[in-house]
Amino acid sequence: MGTTVLYAFISVAALGGVLGLGLAIASRILAVKKDERVAEVEEALPGLNCGACGYAGCASYAEAIVKEDAPLDLCGPGGADALKTIADIMGKTVDTTSEKMVAQVHCRGNAATSAYAFDYEGIEDCNALHIFYEGNKVCKFGCLGLGSCMKVCPTDAIYYDDEGLVTVDRDLCISCRKCVDICPTGVMKMIPYSADYIVACNSTDKAAVTRKYCKVGCIGCKICEKKSPEGGFTVENNLARIDFSKTGSRKEAAEACPAKCIIPLVPVEEKAVVEAKS
Amino acid sequence: MKGLKTFAKGGVHPHDRKELASSEAIQSLRLPEKLIIPLQQHIGAPPTLKVEKEAEVAAGDILAEAGGFVSSPIHAPVGGTIGEMRSIYLPNGAKTQAVELLPAAPEGEEAALNPSSTDAKELIDRIAAMGIVGMGGATFPTHVKYSIPKGSKAEFFIANGVECEPYLTADHRLMLEKSSEIVKGIEIAAEILGPDHVYIAIENNKPDAIEAMSAAAAGASIPIEVVPLKLRYPQGDEKMVIQAITGREVPSGGLPIAVGTVVSNVGTLNAIYEAVELSKPLTHRVVTVSGNGIENPGNYLAPIGTPFSHLIEEAGGTSGNTVKIVAGGPMTGFTVFDPETTPVIKGTSGLLALTAKEIRETQTTSCIRCGRCIRVCPVGLSPTLLYKCVDHNDIDAALEEGLNDCRECGSCGFVCPAHIPLVQGMKLGKRLARRRKEAS
Repeated sequence: MGTTVLYAFISVAALGGVLGLGLAIASRILAVKKDERVAEVEEALPGLNCGACGYAGCASYAEAIVKEDAPLDLCGPGGADALKTIADIMGKTVDTTSEKMVAQVHCRGNAATSAYAFDYEGIEDCNALHIFYEGNKVCKFGCLGLGSCMKVCPTDAIYYDDEGLVTVDRDLCISCRKCVDICPTGVMKMIPYSADYIVACNSTDKAAVTRKYCKVGCIGCKICEKKSPEGGFTVENNLARIDFSKTGSRKEAAEACPAKCIIPLVPVEEKAVVEAKS
Repeated sequence: MKGLKTFAKGGVHPHDRKELASSEAIQSLRLPEKLIIPLQQHIGAPPTLKVEKEAEVAAGDILAEAGGFVSSPIHAPVGGTIGEMRSIYLPNGAKTQAVELLPAAPEGEEAALNPSSTDAKELIDRIAAMGIVGMGGATFPTHVKYSIPKGSKAEFFIANGVECEPYLTADHRLMLEKSSEIVKGIEIAAEILGPDHVYIAIENNKPDAIEAMSAAAAGASIPIEVVPLKLRYPQGDEKMVIQAITGREVPSGGLPIAVGTVVSNVGTLNAIYEAVELSKPLTHRVVTVSGNGIENPGNYLAPIGTPFSHLIEEAGGTSGNTVKIVAGGPMTGFTVFDPETTPVIKGTSGLLALTAKEIRETQTTSCIRCGRCIRVCPVGLSPTLLYKCVDHNDIDAALEEGLNDCRECGSCGFVCPAHIPLVQGMKLGKRLARRRKEAS
């Protein structure tokens, strides 16, 4: 009895020893060389898997950076911090001074201020509506308000404000541009994170046409150019635009704008204070 | 009825309401003050405008030349003066440039008989020059369709007189009143294509048309068989009528010629006859003006560019309880929001004023997974699944499930007990897929 147990024990132990040795040798010979930088780069990325870089997720972007020499600056959510860390890992120098860009809706036209051509019944989606006559607003440039952008936003940064207008929370925005791509009218545009004012209109129609269908549409009167000469305002194609590289005051232009479509965004510091209070 | 041919699967039976206009003979129309003639009336490249403002044109003059092979020219329906250029919306929701034409005093001249040769190439050139496009609604340029690619042969030619859309009777009246012209059009098409078999497909809810076309076909120079089909929507769809008559299925993404078949609408064949024998370009078409909201439903021979508002006025105007104006039929048509600026184009088969009783105003509820949409889909898709894919913005999955095979016939939405706008979902999916393709 005793010897039977002993034989079994010895034979199993011997078998285990032989197989273990085999595995140890195999792992040496068949070892896959892993570039540790892939793991490090992945660690540096935010891990949101938003797809904004054009790759399937953070892991595949990290692999592309290390193995395929992909550009380092494709990660919007990571911003300057991630870019710097990745550049250190890869031993490259990059320009980290460029500012984070965020999306914003450039339209303030709602049922109270803008004219509608017809009633719409159907799928609650801007693109579904846009199939029919480019939307139910008379204005073909504005926000249709059915929230296609909200559906694709990975961080729920887009919401309806008190007036029912679609607005982006710039602190939640991760610059993935998905909303910009899905928007059928192109009213969602990227602006610098620190932008203090925007021209909240996207209509390039002539003043007489715009005035007929929207109370808050830019009429291209160029008053902003005159009132805030340092503010970077230019009127092109009946629509004012802001060059955000100009840092002069834009307040005078906003106050003088007859259509009141140059609107202030809550300044970054002030917003922080408001949040701290509440 | 037993033994009649029809397509393989799916399909629905909407109330056809053709009685409203089917007994009304085709009437010519009092000319409107202004025609609004869109440049993009067909599938393919937009044509190039050839006239300037305030130019005088005669009936049949070219307003815009074809902008390539897959394109079609636009001719002046009547003589008059060119007005403003403007951008308008077509009934299908697309934006296009249009030219205004202010008609001069109407002229009563009849087109002279001017037969062209019987050479296939010359016949195709004539069809192209006269701006003939498919008049069943898809408006595909006919000369492109009839230019058979090398290595293919048109074994079957089908004249499509199915007209399965409810309300519409334009093709029905044409078959009754222009039977011999349509048969002559078929003879011309057969001359070009050289098919082994020629059919005229008509659903059996039009016995008088079957009789008239059989009588006309008997006198033709080639053997033509009139095939009565079992009543079923969407039998008039090109791919469905091919399946009903030849039993062949057009492969996914393929054209009818892939199964050796060419199909033309009877209205197109009448236009081919007029183009070849009378040198008349395609400038007029028969439009059914119907619906319970219309005072005097009927069939009108309208010049291309006639504003919808003028057509409605000529049909006695609308009654107070009209809630929707629809261009085309109720199953595949589009609601029009501005009849003043929306004109008749080469593919406009009908104009309906629908009352609240005729349309279904309901709330969309959740899918109950009953599978009715799958049962009626004539191409064997799963509309509910496709809709979910599109709703979740997963266009790849939708394409995988056959989104692009959807014919947008509306059968699924018609039977859906949850009133889900399924066809709009398909349109949305196709739009998103196209946009993504353009972006990449």
